[in-house]
Amino acid sequence: QAGKVKVSGQVTADTSSADGISIVLQSTNKVIGKTNASGSFQVNVLANSTLLFSKSGFDNQTFLVNSDTTLNVALHPFTNIMPEVVVIGYGTAKKSDLTGSIVTVSSKDFQKGSITTPDQLIAGKAAGVTVTSNSGAPGAGSTIRIRGGTSLNASNSPLIVIDGVPLDNNSVYGASDPLSLINPNDIASFNILKDASATAIYGNRASNGVIIITTKSGTSGRLKVDFNAVLSQAVKRNEVKLLNGNQIRQIVNEKGTDAQKALLGTANTNWQDQIFQKALGGVYNLGISGGIKKLPYRLSVGFTGQDGILKTSNLKRTSVDLNIRPTFFNNTLHIDFNVKGIYMTNRFANESAIGAALSMDPTQPVYANNTLGGFYEWTDGNGVPIQQAVKNPLAQLLMYKSTSVVRRSIGNMKVDYHLPSLPELTMNVNGGYDISSSDGSSFIPEYAALDYQQGGSVTKYQQRKTNYVFDAYLNYKKYFDKIQSNVDFTGGYSYQEFFSGAPGFNNTNVAGTVLSTSIADSSRNVLLSFYGRLNYTFKEKYLLTATVRRDGTSRFSPNNRWGTFPSIALAWKIKEESFLKNVNAVSDLKLRLGYGVTGNQDVGSFYPYLPIYRVSSNVAQYVFGNTGYYTYRAEAYDPNIKWETTASYNAGIDFGFFKNRLTGSIDAYYKKTSNLLADIQTAAGANLSNHVLTNVGNIESKGIELALNAKIVQGNKFNWSVNTNVAYNNNKILKLSNVSDSTTQGILSGTISGGSGNSIQIQTVGYSLNTFYVYKQAYDKNGKPEEGVYADVNNNSGNLFYRYKSPNPKVTLGFTSNFDYDKWSLSFTLRGNFGNYVYNNVKASGDAYNSISNTQGYIGNANRDYLHTGFTNSQYFSDYYVENASFVRMDNVNLGYDFGDVFNHKARLSVSGTVQNVFVITKYTGLDPEVYSGIDNNAYPRPRTYSLGVNLQF
Amino acid sequence: CTKKLDQLPYVQETSEVVYTDPDKVAGALAKLYAGYTLSGQDATDYPDISTTDVGTSVYLRLLWEFQELPTDEAVIGWNDNDLLSYHNLSWAAAGYYNRIMYDRIFFEVAACNEFIREVKAHDYSKFTTDQQATIAQGVLEARFLRAFAYWTAMDLYGNVPFTTETDGVGAYFPKQIKRADLFNYVSSELRNLSDSLPTPGATDYGRANQGASLALLSRLYLNASVYTGTDKYDSCVLYSNKIINSGWYSLNNTYANNFKADNNTSPEMIFPLVADGTRSKSYGNTTFIIHSEVGGNMNNNTAPYGIASGSGWGGMRATKAFVNKFGDPSGATDKRAIFYTDGQNLEITTITSFTDGYAVPKFINLTSTGAAGSDPTQTFADTDFPLFRLAEIYLNYAEATLRGASNGDNALALGYLNALRQRAYGNTLGNITANQMTLNYILDERCRELYFEAIRRTDLVRYNMLTTATYLWPFKGGSSTGTSVDSKYNIFPIPTTDLIANPTLVQNTGY
Repeated sequence: QAGKVKVSGQVTADTSSADGISIVLQSTNKVIGKTNASGSFQVNVLANSTLLFSKSGFDNQTFLVNSDTTLNVALHPFTNIMPEVVVIGYGTAKKSDLTGSIVTVSSKDFQKGSITTPDQLIAGKAAGVTVTSNSGAPGAGSTIRIRGGTSLNASNSPLIVIDGVPLDNNSVYGASDPLSLINPNDIASFNILKDASATAIYGNRASNGVIIITTKSGTSGRLKVDFNAVLSQAVKRNEVKLLNGNQIRQIVNEKGTDAQKALLGTANTNWQDQIFQKALGGVYNLGISGGIKKLPYRLSVGFTGQDGILKTSNLKRTSVDLNIRPTFFNNTLHIDFNVKGIYMTNRFANESAIGAALSMDPTQPVYANNTLGGFYEWTDGNGVPIQQAVKNPLAQLLMYKSTSVVRRSIGNMKVDYHLPSLPELTMNVNGGYDISSSDGSSFIPEYAALDYQQGGSVTKYQQRKTNYVFDAYLNYKKYFDKIQSNVDFTGGYSYQEFFSGAPGFNNTNVAGTVLSTSIADSSRNVLLSFYGRLNYTFKEKYLLTATVRRDGTSRFSPNNRWGTFPSIALAWKIKEESFLKNVNAVSDLKLRLGYGVTGNQDVGSFYPYLPIYRVSSNVAQYVFGNTGYYTYRAEAYDPNIKWETTASYNAGIDFGFFKNRLTGSIDAYYKKTSNLLADIQTAAGANLSNHVLTNVGNIESKGIELALNAKIVQGNKFNWSVNTNVAYNNNKILKLSNVSDSTTQGILSGTISGGSGNSIQIQTVGYSLNTFYVYKQAYDKNGKPEEGVYADVNNNSGNLFYRYKSPNPKVTLGFTSNFDYDKWSLSFTLRGNFGNYVYNNVKASGDAYNSISNTQGYIGNANRDYLHTGFTNSQYFSDYYVENASFVRMDNVNLGYDFGDVFNHKARLSVSGTVQNVFVITKYTGLDPEVYSGIDNNAYPRPRTYSLGVNLQF
Repeated sequence: CTKKLDQLPYVQETSEVVYTDPDKVAGALAKLYAGYTLSGQDATDYPDISTTDVGTSVYLRLLWEFQELPTDEAVIGWNDNDLLSYHNLSWAAAGYYNRIMYDRIFFEVAACNEFIREVKAHDYSKFTTDQQATIAQGVLEARFLRAFAYWTAMDLYGNVPFTTETDGVGAYFPKQIKRADLFNYVSSELRNLSDSLPTPGATDYGRANQGASLALLSRLYLNASVYTGTDKYDSCVLYSNKIINSGWYSLNNTYANNFKADNNTSPEMIFPLVADGTRSKSYGNTTFIIHSEVGGNMNNNTAPYGIASGSGWGGMRATKAFVNKFGDPSGATDKRAIFYTDGQNLEITTITSFTDGYAVPKFINLTSTGAAGSDPTQTFADTDFPLFRLAEIYLNYAEATLRGASNGDNALALGYLNALRQRAYGNTLGNITANQMTLNYILDERCRELYFEAIRRTDLVRYNMLTTATYLWPFKGGSSTGTSVDSKYNIFPIPTTDLIANPTLVQNTGY
C-alpha cells in the first residue's frame, strides 16, 4: 500500500502479561492492532503517524513512525501519584486544572491488611484529614475530620458521596457505623475536597469538607477475574495495669473492716484475660470484569467475617456490587449504572464488661456453683445478686446476646448525553437511592445477675431509612481560539429526600412483663438546590473557577430555609511561563488562591423551628387517681434558626521537581464559622427549656498542610518511594453568646464516668474547643499528688477550676514508605498526632481506695497507680489525669511477594503478610492515646492484627 | 416543587395538633405535674433540661437537696460537682446544682405559661361541656403549679425573672421582679385559686385542689416577713383555719404511714407529688430519697426499705444536732425517730463516709401492710411525696398564733401541737403544757415532725438560724463543730449562666 510503513516489535509490561495490548492510531483514536500472547505485534500505518500503546493500569507510550521500524516498547505501571482525572462535585476535572484543594487517595495508596470499613483505608493518607477509629469493635467505623471541626453542636462530619449518592451522617440502627455497610474492597478512590472553592458546589452541606468515593468499575476487554482473600488474627495489644489478687488481699487486710476482710477470696483472677480473646477474621472478594461488546461491566461479591477481641462480638457482611457502563448512539449516550447490596449480621458484645473487668475483685474466681448461670457473683445472704455490685465480666458477655441484621442497597444511574449537533454541550441526569432496613434484639436470661432484679431483659428495635437523590445538569465546554480561552460551564438542579423511621417496641423481662417502651421515631428532610460553576482558562496558564449554589432545606422556616453559597478561586500555572518553561529542575509549579462560603444544615433536629410537643414513654406518665396519663411536653425551639456559614480562605502551591520525582503541595487556610449553632443556655423564663439550639457564635480554625511524595530510588529492580503529610490546625472559639461573652463561664461538655453528672471539658471564648476544665493538682516533694490539694490558679477560692489543654492535636502526621525489590515489596504507614491531651478516665476512676472499698457488701479493684497516689477518694477533677497523648503509631507494615504469571501464564499470583497496629510510641499511660473525644473511658481496645493475603488474577 | 420543603413531624406533634384534641390537652397538663417528679419524657432519656446527669435534674430531688442539705437535718456524701458545698453553706453562683435547681424552676414556669397561653388561644366551644370544664379546670391547675414554682423561686432565690402566659416563647430578656412583688403575685393567684379550684372530693387524687392552694397560702403567710419585711400571721391563721375546719383531712394514726408506698390513702395528705413504680419512673422523686437513705450495713438486708438487694445509694445521714432533738433516738418513745444506727457513728468526722452519722430510713417503698411496691425490680418507688400534709398546717397555725396573730387561739394551738405529740408517743406522756409552747419548741417540733420533707431550710431562715451563730450544727459552714456564715447564704445566688443569658438581671446581694 502506498505511503504505508511496517512497524513491528515487542512490548513488555514489567512483570505483567503483555498479551492483548492495544495499539492505537492517535490521529483517529482507533485500535489498529493488538499484541499476541508473547507481546509481539505488527501493524501497517501511514508514515508520520503516532502510535499509542495502552494497557489499563499502565502509563501510555507514544511513538512517531517515519519509516519501517522495529520498536521495543516497555510499559510501566502508573507512575503518577495522582491520577490525571479527579472527581469533583457534579463532574470531573484534570488534576492539572484544579484551582481548589483536593486530595485523591486511590486504591494503591490505601492502608493494607484486614480492613473492615472504608474509612480505615485513608487513615494517615491525606494532609489535614484525620481518621480516628471509634473503637476496636468489628465494623466500629471512624470519626473523620477534614481540617478540624467547624461546629459545636451541628455535625462536624464531612459529606460523603458514593458514586453520586450523597449519604446522611446519621446512624443506621444495628450497625456500629453506617460506613461499615460498604465493602472497602469495592472502592477505587477517595477524592477529598478540602477548601471552600472545591466544596461550595455542595452548598449547605459543605462546611466540613466533602469525600467523594468512587467504586471500581468495569473495563472493556476480555473477562478478568480477581480473587483475593485475607485471613487475620487479632490480639489485644496491651492491658490496663491493675492490682492483682494478692495486692488486694494485702490492702484490704490492712485497711478494711472485718466485714470486708471476710469477703476476700483466694483466687488470683485476671479479669482482662477472661473477657478478651484471639479473634479470627476472613475477608474474601471475587471480582469479575470485562466488556461484552460495548458493555463494560464489573461484578463483585465480597464476604467479611470478623470476630472481635472482646468475646462474643462478631460481624458478618456479604456484599454484591454491580457496575455496567454501556454506551449508545455512536458514543453520544453514556450510562453508568451502579448497584450495591449489603447484608450484614452483627453480634454486639456487652461493652460494659470492659469496665467491669477493671473493677471486679481479682480475689474471686470466675465460676461458682450457683443458680446464676454458674458464674461467680456478689450476692447477699439469700444468694440474690447485689444490685450495686460489679457483675462478673465474663458473665456479662456470655449471658448477653445482642444481635442485628442490616440490609442496605445503594444504587444510581447516571446518563450523559452529548448532543451530536452541539458537541460542546453535555446533558447529565443522575438518579440514585440509598435504602436500609435494620432489625435488632437483645436478650438477657432471668437468672443472669446482670438484670436479676427485673427478671432478665428482652428488647427489640427496627429501622427503615430511605434516601433518594435526583440531579440534572448541563455542561458547556468550548475553546475560543481568538481569545485563547477555554470556557467550561456547568449548571444544574438537585433534589434529595431523606426519611428515617423506627417503631416503638416494648422492652420486657423474660416473663413478658413490660418494663418500658421505646419511643417511635420518624423524620424526613428534603434538600433542594440550584448550582452553577464556571471554569475559565486563559492561555492555559491562568485559571478561574467560580461556583454558586442556592440551597433550600426543610429544616428551617420558610423565611430562613434558602441560602446562597458562592466561591471563587484562581490558579496560575507558573511552570507554563516562559521564565520557567526551560528550567528542568522544576517540572511543575502552580499557585492556587480560593475563597468561598459554605453552610452546615445538619443540626441534629429535623424540625428545630417548629413548636413541637413530645409525648412521653409509658414509664414517664403521671398518675391522677389511678389513671396514668401520657404526658406531652412542649419542646424548646428557635423559630428563627438557620444554618451555620463558614467563610474560608485557602492559598496553596502545587509543585514538582526533578521530573516529578518530588511532588507535593502546601496549603494554608483560615476558616471562620459564623451563626454558629450552639446549644446555649436560654434566659430563664423566655423559652421552654434551659437550653435551645440557636445561632450565636463564631469559631475560627486555621492551619497549614504539607504533602510530599518522593520517589527516592528508581531503578530496574529496586524502587523506594515515600509519601508524607503534615498538618497543623488550631481552632478557637470567638463568640458564644448573643449578649455578652464573659470568659469566666462557658458551656460544660464532656461527661465523664464517676459521680453523677460530672463533666471535664468546657467551651469558652478564647479557648480551643473542648478545653479541659480541671483542678491544678499539687504535689509533695516526692512528686506524689496530694489528695484534694489543688492550687488556686485563678485567685478565686470559690472556683478552683481552670482551663488546661485540649484534645485537639496541633499537628498530625502521616508517613508511608514503599520499597520494591524485584518481586518483593515492603511498605509501612506511620501516623502521629502531637499536642493532643486525653483525660484518663479509666485511671481517675480506679485510682483510690474507695474503688476497692465500699459499704455495699462487695470489694472492687483499683488501678496499679493507686500504689503511687494512695488516694482515699477518687479525684476526678485533678489535672493529674489530663495526660499528653501525643503519639506515633505504626498503622501497618506489609510484606508482599508477587509470583507474577503462574499456571502457564494463565494467572497472576501475589501474596502478602501484614501486621496492623504494630506499635504506638507515646507517654500516655492509658491503653491507647488515640481518643477523639479526649476522654478515655473503657473503650473497646484497638487490637493488633496479623493477616495473610492472597491475590489471584486470571 | 419547593413545597416539598414544608415537612412536618410524624411521631411528634405540633402545638396545633395537641391543643385541638382534649386527650392530648390532658397529657399536656399532666406534664406540668410530671415536671416536679420526672426527669423528662422517659425514665432516663429525653430530659426536660440539659444537664450532665438526668437523675440529678428532677425538681423534687433538687428541692429536697436545697431545703435539707444546708441544714442540721442532713449531710450527703457524694462528691458530685458542687453538691458538698451545700451542707457547708459555701455554694457559688457558678455551681452546677445551683444552676439546675434554678433551671428546673423556670422550666416549670415556662411550661405552665405555655399551657395557659395555648389553651386560651384555642376555641373549645365545639367540645362537650364536660370537656370544656375539664380544660378550664386544667388552666386553674396550671396556675397553681406555676404559683408553687414561683414560691420555690422566691424562697430560694429572692428576686427572679418573671414571665406569665402573656409573654411569648423566644429570645427576649424576662424582667426581674422584686421578692415582695412576687409574693403579692403568688398570694393573689392562690387566693383566687383557693375559691375557684375544685374541692378535694370533686377531683382525682393527685390533682391540685382548694386544699393545696390553701396550704401553700398558709406556708406563704407564715414566712411573709422573710419575703416582704412585713408580718402576715393573721393571714396564715386564716388560711390554716380554712384547711383545718374544712373537714377534708385528719391525722393518720400511724405517723410512718405517711411515707410508705400506699401513702396515697393517708387522710393527712393535702397535696402529693405522685410516684408510681411502673408508670412514673424517676431517679429524682421519692426513689431518690428512699435509695439515698440506705447504705452501710443496711445494704446487707434492704428488705425493710422495699428496694432491691444491695441497691442503697449510700447518700444522706442526720447530723448529731438533729438526732438530739429526740431525747431517745430509738423510736421507742417518740415513734417519729426513725434512725438506723447499727454500724453508724453518731458523730460525723468524714462527710463522704456513709457510716458517719445516723441513717434516716423515713421514706420506704413498702406499703403500710408491708407489701412490696409495684415495680418488680424494686427500683422505682410508689411512695408519693407529701408536699403538704395536715401536720404542717397544725404547726403553722401554732407558730403564727404564738407570733401574735390576732385571730389565733392559744388553746387551739396547744391542742394541735399535742395532737401531733400524742400520735408520736401513742399516749399523752409526750404532751406539753402552755408554758412549754415557745417558738424554739415549735421549731424543734417542726424538725421532729417534718424532717426530710423539704421545708427545714425555710424554717431556719424564718428563725434567722440558718447562717447565724444562734444555732450551730456539725459541719455548718464547713467546720466540724459548726460556725456561722455570711447572711447572704439565706438565699441562693442567681446562677452565672442566667446572668450571662439575661444581662438585665441583678445578682443577689453579696454574691
